[in-house]
Amino acid sequence: MKQEVCSAQLYVDETLRIWKNHLEPLGRVKPGMKRISVVTGIHGDELEGQLVAFELARRIQESPEKLTGVVDIYPAINPLGISTIQRSVPQFDLDMNRIFPGNDEGDLVEYISQQVVEDIAGSDLAFDIHASNIFLTEVPQIRINEITAARLVPFAVRANMDFIWVHASATVLQNTLAYSLNDIGTPCLVVEMGVGMRITREYGHQLVDGIFNLMCDLGIWSGEAPANIRKPIVSTDGKVSFVNADAAGVFLPRASHDNFVGAGEELGVIADATTGQVNQVVTSPTDGLLFTLREFPVVQPGSLIARILGVTPEQRENGNLEEVRAKAREFLASRGLQEE
Amino acid sequence: MKEVCIYTTNMPYRDNSDIKGYVFGEGKKSLCIVGSTRGNEVQQTYIASQMVHRLKKLEERGLINPGHQIMVIPTINKTSLNVGKRFWPLDNTDINRMFPGYDKGETTQRIAAGVFEAVQGYEFGIQFTSFYRQGDFTPHVRFMDVVGGDGEHASEFGLAYVVTYKPEPFDTTTLNYNWRLWDTDAYSVYTSSTDHIEEESANIAQRACLRFMNARGMIDYPCHQGFIPTKLNEAELTQLFSIQGGIFRRLARPGDIASSGQVLAEIVSPMTGEVVEQITTPEGGVVFFTCSKPLVNEHTLVFTMVPRELARR
Repeated sequence: MKQEVCSAQLYVDETLRIWKNHLEPLGRVKPGMKRISVVTGIHGDELEGQLVAFELARRIQESPEKLTGVVDIYPAINPLGISTIQRSVPQFDLDMNRIFPGNDEGDLVEYISQQVVEDIAGSDLAFDIHASNIFLTEVPQIRINEITAARLVPFAVRANMDFIWVHASATVLQNTLAYSLNDIGTPCLVVEMGVGMRITREYGHQLVDGIFNLMCDLGIWSGEAPANIRKPIVSTDGKVSFVNADAAGVFLPRASHDNFVGAGEELGVIADATTGQVNQVVTSPTDGLLFTLREFPVVQPGSLIARILGVTPEQRENGNLEEVRAKAREFLASRGLQEE
Repeated sequence: MKEVCIYTTNMPYRDNSDIKGYVFGEGKKSLCIVGSTRGNEVQQTYIASQMVHRLKKLEERGLINPGHQIMVIPTINKTSLNVGKRFWPLDNTDINRMFPGYDKGETTQRIAAGVFEAVQGYEFGIQFTSFYRQGDFTPHVRFMDVVGGDGEHASEFGLAYVVTYKPEPFDTTTLNYNWRLWDTDAYSVYTSSTDHIEEESANIAQRACLRFMNARGMIDYPCHQGFIPTKLNEAELTQLFSIQGGIFRRLARPGDIASSGQVLAEIVSPMTGEVVEQITTPEGGVVFFTCSKPLVNEHTLVFTMVPRELARR
């Protein structure tokens, strides 16, 4: 059921409305039912979540009798950004994902942010789905702030993603939707996948399977859990290598995204289309999985070309969860603690 | 005056993005002035370039005191100024949200790192900057309440107001925040405009900087002492928001004194031409900030006011 989360008047004879699709077991709603919230469209040029919002609702509505909890889908938190194909809210300088939890007595975007947080608060699990920007392609992954890792990794490994990236905390990230929700006790997973301004069907369906898997875990879906849920690689910043351009020009990739590369292997060249010269041969600094690759060709010194995750093909196939768990147990034992 | 290139970025199909500084005097690094960081900060570029002009004349007359080195960087973002974009042309990132920078990072992180290396170590820093909301200010000095500085010299600008504020997480990557964090006593000077030149407030800002330099012994330039400023915490200012969307008809300007209940602006229906809302001030005071957009949404910050009892401080 389409429901309005909040609204505000725009300049000329138009009202900005934030919608959600509220799905509940018709006639079978019980107090204390579990709820999952799926949010996307904070950045207006990241559209991968649109397929997820559609496909999740479609599958639920195909078998509504299997729904045993509440699913709230927020397809567009930044409708004006989507309308204008831009990341931020038009005429608002700050990234919307840097002003949560918002302020109901604040400016338009702060007001919407507060209303959205209030609406999602109390969910048993939330997803905030992002695509990469227009410059990079990403494998499906969940990014987790290290301070919330203990609570979120157990959810994340069930989400059918390829990679769980536990990253260092940064002050500037304290105003994201995910941080704000986690801060008030609503667990929120941040998904990054695909590329900006496009939809990758395969990735979208992969995530929808993961959401159904977690809905089964939470008792929100009584249907069968999807088969062959992936075993992800769980990694911290230390295993990720960054490759940035040192020259300006046009990046012509040689390596393929989501493939393994060896140390010193050519990832591509930065070409000078004016002179016909190669300004830089870009090589991999390490063995590993090419999980991020430049999509937009024009580069300047500093432009991110690739990110490589230091794992083996076997770990890619089977995940490294056991290894991570063993390390965690070792860490706890060294401090005289036991696993919960 | 020495012209120095403090950082350069190779650009495909365009001239390199050189960032130039103008250095006056010799000795300890006393003051660094930074103009625009964004491509629509025309007023900020203008004020900084006028500071170069004024300091050049002072130096020729021997009025820069020995032992002081002053650097002025009119803009760190000519590349955006030349295409009329506020942020970096290729990826739309804001250099002033990238400090202290990262020399192995993305393009604007590298620019921020290059700039920060050049501007670090100065005793004082002044930045002419614009606000993230589009609007006009009463000229004032602003400083962040960051560990390592108390803004004790803010009064020496002689502007009518000194505003302190607690940084939000998104402020922690600005030049001003990082300057303060790394022991430069940094101030932001706000004037009445951003994307067009407003000569009167530009002159006020220049004179304020000269007054500050004179008070700190950097130049020999006796001048009018200016105001004994009213010191405010940003949280003490009264914020007025629109409750209707429409055409914003501004009736009050920054610096105006308003009485309780005075109409500061009207919101007019863009369809019927009727006044659908009057923005009134709940208490008397001085208009500090006004929205400058011709159209406003519901929930737009349209005015901030200095309440009368604070203006009397």
